[in-house]
Amino acid sequence: MGMSLFTPLSWNDSGFILTGILNTIYISVVAIVIGTILGLIVGFIRSESNKLINIILGSFLDILRSVPLIIQLILFSTYIGAMGHPLDPFVAGSIILSLYTMAFMSEVFRSGFQSVPNSMQIAARSLGMTYWQTVRYIRIPIGMRAVFPSWLGVALSVIKDSALVSVIGYMELLRTSEQLISRTQQPLTILLGVGLFYFMISYPLSLYGKHVERKMSI
Amino acid sequence: MDSYEFHWNVVIDAMPQLLQGAFTTLHVSVLSMLVGIIIAVLLALAKMSNSKIFNIIAGIWIEISRNTPALFQIYMAYFGLGAFGIHLSPYLAVFSALVFVNAGYLAETFRGGFQSIPKTQYSASKSLGMTNFQVYRYVILPQMFRKIYHPMTNQFVWSILMSSLGILVGMNELSGETQRLQSISFRTIEFFMVAAVMYFIITKFVLISANLISKRIFKGDVL
Repeated sequence: MGMSLFTPLSWNDSGFILTGILNTIYISVVAIVIGTILGLIVGFIRSESNKLINIILGSFLDILRSVPLIIQLILFSTYIGAMGHPLDPFVAGSIILSLYTMAFMSEVFRSGFQSVPNSMQIAARSLGMTYWQTVRYIRIPIGMRAVFPSWLGVALSVIKDSALVSVIGYMELLRTSEQLISRTQQPLTILLGVGLFYFMISYPLSLYGKHVERKMSI
Repeated sequence: MDSYEFHWNVVIDAMPQLLQGAFTTLHVSVLSMLVGIIIAVLLALAKMSNSKIFNIIAGIWIEISRNTPALFQIYMAYFGLGAFGIHLSPYLAVFSALVFVNAGYLAETFRGGFQSIPKTQYSASKSLGMTNFQVYRYVILPQMFRKIYHPMTNQFVWSILMSSLGILVGMNELSGETQRLQSISFRTIEFFMVAAVMYFIITKFVLISANLISKRIFKGDVL
């Protein structure tokens, strides 16, 4: 056959694949951590605020949830670029993915805060706790434990959605594999490997979430 | 350059194509939802059946669809199936990936909804002289429907949003059409802003109508 345009998959590619895997984990962890912190703050504000603030915050979160992530990513990175401040794909991707995560996390935490009975707060206050002490020692620990399975569900979907950051040029696992596919022309092998990686992360964690949920419902 | 000058004329001229794209988005989401529901019923029945083989097949489908990214599934359908000599068009690739995921998620929704209804209701209805068909038609399914209604709405919205991944395989739904139009005119920001607004309107419209419908059909029910 002579010289071939394509070179098959080899062990030399393992470093390249590993970089893709690490980048996927990296951006997912960043988005989950920042999204959780922001979501906790926003969820708390929403559970404490009056109608007006809730409507304003709610419509902002609505936009994040009702516009496809891929459009948000393209729009944000193009706009920042056109304004003359191009961002590194990792930074741009982290910002959007974190905000997107926050939009879902805030709903989770809001319902967590609301699940703590008011009487508990009153009891805590009557024991001499300050407002922030009731937040710190009563509402966060009790409310957050109740929504752990939902939190895990959102976190898992963030890991899966992080694949979309490839569209603005971040070298995560799926983009890595895309490049390997165009070089090796072995789409099936490579894609199955990629799928297996996501599955091995997501499946055990989803089982754990179900286990916790079952334990809590008893 | 520190400020961006917006040019909306090209976008306004391209409105018919964008609306056509939005129609394709709705089209693929509705179809994938309908086919997904049918398969999900079968998967849920298989998962609850006593047959080990059915259990395993349904379990594999459900777990793969829930634990891998939608983008991976679309790539599998578009690039991966080529290894078996199956070459799907972009539309069919996105459609089948959405069906695969919808079926997997809805199967668990249906199973959960079904199992949430106490078995005693079945025996109670039987003891009142109802036939099997009557038990399901008048007792079990109406309650189940109420439980699965909102998860189904969410799944439909998810399908609309995820069909936007068609942009990556050159499908001509709203995102793909936007991508094509902006590559001709270079008005990237304008086109994607309009697309974002259109997605927002579509999802809001679906959610609000679903809520109105649920208020009508579940009127007087204790949820």
